[in-house]
Amino acid sequence: MAKINGKTVPEADGMSVSGYIASAGYVSGRIAVEYNEAILPREDYDKTIIASSDNVEIVEFMGGG
Amino acid sequence: MNNDKLVLGGHEFDSRFILGSGKYSLELIKAAVENAGAQIITLALRRANSGGAANILDYIPEGVTLLPNTSGARNADEAVRIARLSRELGCGDFVKIEVVRDSKYLLPDNYETIKATEILAKEGFVVLPYMYPDLNAARDLVNAGAAAVMPLAAPIGTNKGLCTKDFIQILIDEIDLPIIVDAGIGRPSQACEAMEMGAAAVMANTAIASAGDIPAMAEAFRKAIEAGRTAYLSKPGRVRDTASASSPLTGFIHD
Amino acid sequence: MKYLPGMENIGSEIQDKVISAMKEYDPSAYTAEDVKAALEAEVCTPEHYKALLSPAAEDFLEEIAQKAMNERFKHFGNSVYMFTPLYISNYCENQCVYCGFNCRNQIHRAKLNYEEIEKEMSEIAKTGLQEVLILTGETRVYSDVEYIGEACKIARKYFKIVGLEIYPVNSDEYKYLHECGADFVTVFQETYNSDKYEKLHLAGCKRVFPYRINAQERAIMGGMRGVGFGALLGLDDFRTDAFATGLHAHLLQKKYPHAEIAVSCPRLRPTIANSKINPRDVHEKQLLQIVCAYRIFLPYASITISTRECSRFRDNIIKIAATKISAGVNVGIGGHSDSEDKGDEQFEISDPRSVDEIFAAITDMGLQPVMSEYIYV
Repeated sequence: MAKINGKTVPEADGMSVSGYIASAGYVSGRIAVEYNEAILPREDYDKTIIASSDNVEIVEFMGGG
Repeated sequence: MNNDKLVLGGHEFDSRFILGSGKYSLELIKAAVENAGAQIITLALRRANSGGAANILDYIPEGVTLLPNTSGARNADEAVRIARLSRELGCGDFVKIEVVRDSKYLLPDNYETIKATEILAKEGFVVLPYMYPDLNAARDLVNAGAAAVMPLAAPIGTNKGLCTKDFIQILIDEIDLPIIVDAGIGRPSQACEAMEMGAAAVMANTAIASAGDIPAMAEAFRKAIEAGRTAYLSKPGRVRDTASASSPLTGFIHD
Repeated sequence: MKYLPGMENIGSEIQDKVISAMKEYDPSAYTAEDVKAALEAEVCTPEHYKALLSPAAEDFLEEIAQKAMNERFKHFGNSVYMFTPLYISNYCENQCVYCGFNCRNQIHRAKLNYEEIEKEMSEIAKTGLQEVLILTGETRVYSDVEYIGEACKIARKYFKIVGLEIYPVNSDEYKYLHECGADFVTVFQETYNSDKYEKLHLAGCKRVFPYRINAQERAIMGGMRGVGFGALLGLDDFRTDAFATGLHAHLLQKKYPHAEIAVSCPRLRPTIANSKINPRDVHEKQLLQIVCAYRIFLPYASITISTRECSRFRDNIIKIAATKISAGVNVGIGGHSDSEDKGDEQFEISDPRSVDEIFAAITDMGLQPVMSEYIYV
């Protein structure tokens, strides 16, 4: 089962990255995606299908010094 | 007409106050940035929470340069990874390298910072490395392609002021890059002092975020940093050295 | 002025900076206010240095000496380093108008063989000195690099520190000489004004200005621990030459932070002892000003005072600004072991005191004579 931000997320298997982002309520312009430890370019969000062995990190800016 | 611009990686700024955005409630960030007159604001990168919560980028006024930091990185590889992800968010090429593998004092690891600087500078980032004020490390950072050097004044969050003053002065005297004092500044007077010494800019976060009246404190810092810079540029008046020998040293000259 | 075949060209980054800054320096433009600002500054910048070297600074000589003395004691305590020069050959191909070894001069030429070198060094070592400065005239025929290298190897048997004041060579040759035992290289630029330089050096490899000015950097590239700089004050405008010398040393230190920096201040003594005759003459007052300015601008640099100056001047200057002094000096060839020189001298020395005499003079002043602060491990 795919791991998103360190947690297993069974429902993500088989979804496209853009599909997952939308379903989870992320604003795509405010996040970046690391797919199996490589940066996933935005143009690939649609065509990249999350597999059960995948490791995905979704990051955003927040306050920091 | 401001001819005294802060130049970082070819970009010009009028303000010499870099504001940290940590420990604020989002609503106050806008007021803080505006009162500070800050044109550069630091941000951290973290795992995004799902569910469409408000994002800090919505609260930062337009035209402000974003300076993502690599906080959380414990070594150069992690810092590089965070920097690349930050750039992917499409907010420019600036990055503040912060590599800390000591969670008690949060002191930066100069060696890993130099490594990360070299990699990221080659990839076109405008690299601002946060470091412990060591002249040799600063020279290595210059050679690695840093756009500035950011020595700490005191451990992060301590508000202790210019504990490393003499060593920051050495960097200002010896390093041909902007020296930006970062971490440990607790009061506007300390920020003013750093600028009087010749620092190019001051970064502050906790001092403003933990103040009773955040916008007012941001404004106080702005004024202090401007005052310090103006004082530095006007070449402060001389303090006479009072020691003198009892008999003249030059009396032996025959001509 | 072009490099000759065989001369290594490492580029001219520092040379260009020194020459262009020197050309911009107008000593008469500096005022008493500028000098005061220089005296009060915590860090002496090149601009402050220019003020300290200017004519306006002559009215502040006592304060300048005070500040120099503070820096001297801050960085060197009360140590005074002792050494002696050893000329092993005075054959020379250069035609330098001001020098006793000028190839056109009819002097007694000599070159010590290895046995003679060893004898000289052994005699010098008996005086207690642990540092020697080996000098030769410039000729790759009579005093080639291998000959100098062998002299260094012999020197290491008797001395802890071996310095060289020889003709400029390439960095791989400096590397070889370092491996033979030399740690320090001194090259006097004589004057940094290249037009004047050409008029003073009429023939020989020394004529190639850029090869000489880049010698120190090649020496550091070859692994030498330290390098020495100096202009022969009085050949041209001594203020601009002193400025260029100081800036040259400063820029090299910036580029090679680990290198040890040294400055010497040889002076052409005015033939007429009247300071009003020629403002470019370097009288004692100006020499004191320059040495103090060197100390203030380069507080960490070793400053040597040679036997061109008399004992009175030398004894006072080591307290104020200089930190290194020669003793038991003979600038001819082979005068330490025999009573007579084999070869003639480079210049006339004004302080003939022996090692013991100078050692005692230093101690009497409350200073500490130091023979060597290094040992090889």
